[in-house]
Amino acid sequence: MNDTNRAGKQRAAVLGTGQTHHRAKRPDVSMAGLCREAIDRAMADAKVEWKDIDAVVVGKAPDFFEGVMMPELFLADALGAVGKPLLRVHTAGSVGGSTAIVAASMVQAGIHRRVLAVAWEKQSESNAMWALSIPVPFNMPVNAGAGGYFAPHVRSYIRRSGAPSHIGALVAVKDRLNGAKNPFAHLHQPDITLESVQASKMLWDPIRYDETCPSSDGACAVVIGDEASALSAEHPAWIHATAMRSEPTTYAGRDQVNPQAGRDAAAALWKQAGITNPLEEIDVAEIYVPFSWFEPMWLETLGFMPEGQGWKLTEAGETAIGGKLPVNPSGGVLSSNPIGASGMLRFAEAAMQVMGTAGDHQVQGARTALGHAYGGGAQFFAMWVVGSERQ
Amino acid sequence: MRSVAVVGFAQSPQTRRSDGTTNGVEMLVPIFQEVLGGLGLTKKDIGFWCSGSSDYLAGRAFSFISAIDAIGAVPPINESHVEADAAWAMYEAWCKIQTGEVDTALVYGFGKSSAGDLRRALALQLDPYTVAPLWPDSVAVAGLQARMGIDAGLWTERDMADVAVRSRRDAETNPYAQLSGSKDADELLTEPYLSDPLRKHDCAPITDGASVVVLAAGDRARELVERPAWIAGIDQRVDSANIGARDLTTSASTTAAAAGAGVDGIEVAELHAPFTHQELILRTALGLGDRVRITPSGGALAGNPMFAAGLVRIGEAANQIMSGAAERALAHATSGPALQHNLVCVMEGR
Repeated sequence: MNDTNRAGKQRAAVLGTGQTHHRAKRPDVSMAGLCREAIDRAMADAKVEWKDIDAVVVGKAPDFFEGVMMPELFLADALGAVGKPLLRVHTAGSVGGSTAIVAASMVQAGIHRRVLAVAWEKQSESNAMWALSIPVPFNMPVNAGAGGYFAPHVRSYIRRSGAPSHIGALVAVKDRLNGAKNPFAHLHQPDITLESVQASKMLWDPIRYDETCPSSDGACAVVIGDEASALSAEHPAWIHATAMRSEPTTYAGRDQVNPQAGRDAAAALWKQAGITNPLEEIDVAEIYVPFSWFEPMWLETLGFMPEGQGWKLTEAGETAIGGKLPVNPSGGVLSSNPIGASGMLRFAEAAMQVMGTAGDHQVQGARTALGHAYGGGAQFFAMWVVGSERQ
Repeated sequence: MRSVAVVGFAQSPQTRRSDGTTNGVEMLVPIFQEVLGGLGLTKKDIGFWCSGSSDYLAGRAFSFISAIDAIGAVPPINESHVEADAAWAMYEAWCKIQTGEVDTALVYGFGKSSAGDLRRALALQLDPYTVAPLWPDSVAVAGLQARMGIDAGLWTERDMADVAVRSRRDAETNPYAQLSGSKDADELLTEPYLSDPLRKHDCAPITDGASVVVLAAGDRARELVERPAWIAGIDQRVDSANIGARDLTTSASTTAAAAGAGVDGIEVAELHAPFTHQELILRTALGLGDRVRITPSGGALAGNPMFAAGLVRIGEAANQIMSGAAERALAHATSGPALQHNLVCVMEGR
């Protein structure tokens, strides 16, 4: 055994991706069927069979969302995990990203050759608002869902940055138009306009109905393989860097708008990827934006733009497909939000861009991409950088 | 592979009902202090954190979020969480150290089993479409397993009682145990059934508790303790969820995990067997001979803090190495109905 070898990390790559058609309710499939829809597509894309899969990593947000305790246990057969290692990750909204990172670490550690990662949510099985509203000792209940929790952060961002009030609506229009090009997206709104978004109902000031993510059933899967597997794959997305960071929900001096955990994760990610100027070196980004205003906010936290300037990239149209940094060409969380899967969708869509498999929402010439997820009270962060070239 | 060792372990007292909240903070703060203080470490020295817990047990979504308050995660930490016994969090942490990204990890688990009706909560681990609606609780499912072994002539109610007697008597020297001391098997066998063929002594008690383990790689481990418990092998496997289709009297996943971890030369084994007959299944599945000392801590039958008890087994086995009492020890953890998911970790002195 090698005690000190820190350069022992093995290369790993995404060999294939798959996802479901995301909908408000998928009564046509069971939880197992939903997962298999994504898994079967990922395995077909990766050109692997069950005998090629060494381990299975499952990610999902709270079990109350379906009303099943540790559902990966009852799903073990459907997930092809019987007789293999199985791990269930749960890191709140960032879980889809964390799940991909944990699967990647098993390959990077040299433990497994190919690992299947799947993340899913079937919100129609239960009631997410109920699941999130169970009283907790010593905590003031928000009783307004995630939108009510994050709206004050958005107002604070607007006050601090001086951003014009239409920026959020611009993001919503862009993401929904992108989503219209994505056959798997929950929402298809090719006719959406700035005026229609601004005329939609105000839910949590300043977040309007059309600036809010839907509630979806859906799943996403990726097959991650070692260097030898990747070299024989058709279009691998090499994993250049991964990072995870967490901080408490509340503490004295915490900046909820631009959280330290998000900035630390980004700094670690860029360093690991050898990136010094993210805006110049990243070709496309899939960023977890459940409410429109989080696009400019996360552009700053991630270091694409200086603090207070993120909205300018959005306003200039540079985050649209064809712009300097296309953000969420898939339509993002604003177009599909199967909560536990949403983070993995960001990671998988980033991989699809550098694999060249994104279809009508492909960013031409994309070689390096960011996948990003966050969760809890903007306190859990998971990110990766993938590229078409072996690093 | 890098050499990785368990260098520290602490656990809360195993109690029937703790006064703390379901997020584990009150149980975790003292044991974090104990384990870090004992190693001369602070939270800044930990490269990766990983925990195991269950929202269903806590009766609330995101119970692990409040648990990181027990760490005081400012500045932010590199952290993850599994919805499983913390032994699986240790597996994730071991993988992370193997990547070379970090040299140290702190793993913890917590469970306030007393917060709800444990037997009914665990019924929700079964197939939600066809099995869970019938509400077969966790003791009833284990009872079916015990009955199948008895009917197949693999064990008797007396064999099961003997496991209980040994476990609870071993627990007399374990200051953390919830239950200790036992009547003779003859007396136990006169008691009524709880869930035929299981009597009360065949079942783990309902326990609140928490546990923590510190891992370190290579020279870092040697700096921290004189005799690290080096992880010689760790593996975990899952069996089919269909309890009507798999042979409940054996544990194929335990055997497969043991093959991955390598179980030759084991002197002492800490087995996570929440029911007496499950210890008998595990001993066979692991191929442990009569010379192997089984679960000297008393095991889950003396205290079974959900989502922490598997990691307790690893900590107890590591203590056998770190104290010099054994050269090679095995720890086992289980998760899910009727031993569905099993982890084996073999540690050794060097």
